Amino acid sequence: MTQPAVRASGISKRFKLYHERASSLKERVISLRRARYEEFWALKDVSLTVDPGETIGLIGPNGSGKSTLLKVVAGIMRPDTGSVETTGRMASLLELGAGFHPDLTGRENVYLNASILGLTRRETDRYFDDIVAFSELEQFVDMQVKHYSSGMYVRLGFAVAVHVEPEILIVDEVLSVGDEVFQRKCLDRIRMFQKEGRTIVFVTHAVDLVKQICTRAAFLHHGELIEAGPAADVVRTFRETLHGEAHLEAAPMTERGTGEVKIVSVLLRDDEGRERQIFQADEMMDISVEIESQHPVEDPCIGIAIYDERDRHVFGVNSIKRKIDLGTLDGKMRVRFRLNRLPLLEGRYALTVGVHSRDERTAYHWQEKAYAFRCVNVGPDVGPFHIPTEMSVEPL
Amino acid sequence: MNTEETTHRVKPASVTRIEPRIGPLTRIRELLRYRELLGNLIRKELKVKYKNSALGFAWSLLNPLLYLVIFSIVLQEFLGAGLPAFPFYLLTGLLAWNLLSNGLAGATGSIVSNSNLVSKVYFPREILPAASIGAAVVHYVLQLFVLVAAMLLFGWFRHWDQGMVLLPLALLVQLVLLVGLALLMSSANVYMRDVQHLLELALLAWFWMTPIVYASGWVQQNLMNKSPLMWAVYLQNPMAPIVMGYQRALYARPELRAGDAHVLVNAPLEWYAKRLGWTGLVAVAILMVGWTAFRRLETRMAEEL
Repeated sequence: MTQPAVRASGISKRFKLYHERASSLKERVISLRRARYEEFWALKDVSLTVDPGETIGLIGPNGSGKSTLLKVVAGIMRPDTGSVETTGRMASLLELGAGFHPDLTGRENVYLNASILGLTRRETDRYFDDIVAFSELEQFVDMQVKHYSSGMYVRLGFAVAVHVEPEILIVDEVLSVGDEVFQRKCLDRIRMFQKEGRTIVFVTHAVDLVKQICTRAAFLHHGELIEAGPAADVVRTFRETLHGEAHLEAAPMTERGTGEVKIVSVLLRDDEGRERQIFQADEMMDISVEIESQHPVEDPCIGIAIYDERDRHVFGVNSIKRKIDLGTLDGKMRVRFRLNRLPLLEGRYALTVGVHSRDERTAYHWQEKAYAFRCVNVGPDVGPFHIPTEMSVEPL
Repeated sequence: MNTEETTHRVKPASVTRIEPRIGPLTRIRELLRYRELLGNLIRKELKVKYKNSALGFAWSLLNPLLYLVIFSIVLQEFLGAGLPAFPFYLLTGLLAWNLLSNGLAGATGSIVSNSNLVSKVYFPREILPAASIGAAVVHYVLQLFVLVAAMLLFGWFRHWDQGMVLLPLALLVQLVLLVGLALLMSSANVYMRDVQHLLELALLAWFWMTPIVYASGWVQQNLMNKSPLMWAVYLQNPMAPIVMGYQRALYARPELRAGDAHVLVNAPLEWYAKRLGWTGLVAVAILMVGWTAFRRLETRMAEEL
């Protein structure tokens, strides 16, 4: 194979961020100049080659430029410098059912959508039955799609998209829509595409998926290509970069307590046992606290509390309320708090650890907000908490 | 779907290059490749327009008929300024005008209203305004059939007239003009949404600058009396020679062409052809400017939407 499927060379893309977008002539005349904006380079001199038959995953935190790169490769956006050369028919699955019109029937929309994706009428005729069978919407093809449920809509859109049978498939997070059954169907189809030797370029937030199905991966950060290579290596670099970045400093420690029991160490770890200060939403966090006493202390209690940037008490757990007996402490002991799922999206958090007597009158050792960690949002949702949400639309 | 069939279907590799600027030749090749999409989008516009409507295509005939009633009452009854066979005169110009105004109005908003497509799928963006124009052309051609059928019914065409060759010429010039303006307006509208509103005002003024409701012969007579320059300026409105061309082709019976009738411009057929030829050159220039601007503005369309 001499010719690469995709060859992007020296791609840069600049965005204009308008402070207050004046999108009407009147506003422009009044402000007497073009709208004020800042320039922002979404991609800086990115070069990437994808060989035919390869599956490459583009990964990176939000705003790293991975979706922009995908859109440039797909031809939706034009680069400011550089060029992209693609060999073979390309189909982009950036949106399922692109161009579906609610007033048209399923049948009419299949033809329209197929021609938008580059299929000729004759090809669509040939695959029409397959498309309908794949979507499992036989009874509904002659119904206007405005009466479809969101699931039916997506199914029909996906059915058309996979029958375009492109040599290069561009996918952006489509795998995150629909229910589990549908997602599995999507994945099966992607695997089939791989077996057929088609080239797949896709963007996803699910880094594990990249390790699962990609031969190669490319890691983008702040618009630059950091690394491209075997998926497992790139995913490791991605994790390390993300977690190593910006080492957090905790606030100066405010401690109090009698010192009968001492907190020796507090460690935050991920599910692989590595020490970390930056976590992603829904990751596991293991807080292990080592305590020590010089003399036997009867019935000590231990608790932790998490505070957000505005000093709100977000979460707390302690051994009294959990009815966990530490017994008599003489020497060292390790207490582990395993937070199975950290539902925090974005922000800095402070951690308080305290050891006190059972009647809560005596604090042995209290470290107020002495530890810090940060949560970074790599998913599509916003807000302080991550509430696992399924979205659906039903036409009424 | 087995793999054998699939390998059979993989076509010889075609290379696509995406660069900061779009070259005209590449773009023409692409447009040819996507011509089927154009057809489908035109079909979609027509279907969507008349879906769930009982009268369907009849609506596109009712609008000009209402105009006809209003202008007949105002001009002939109130003002007493009658033109022979006024319905045929008015409709000849009005239908052509509606092609321009409906085509432009649809095309100008076409990219903004299809923003979900533009920001998610690649295809030459010219297809969107072209589809709006295509739908307007389909309407126009159907309306024209109805008009010509009515003229035949009333025995309007007695024999073949050479002037009828102006019909395809006028239509061609109008299409070039329309596409050029549509490319300019639709891309500008992405960046400044008030192009749409500006267009409405411009169309209103433009309508009255074009001999649709009043007779071009009157204008020629009045302006020539004042100064020939004013008549020359009047003819610079590209829609004036186009509408006059249609009128010469469909409406002009010999007795209406005579100088003392003052209905149509008192000039030989060659004069009409020459005016249309000159307007055609202007239209081509507008098309080149419009298309160049479109390709310039297209590079950032997906982000601005």
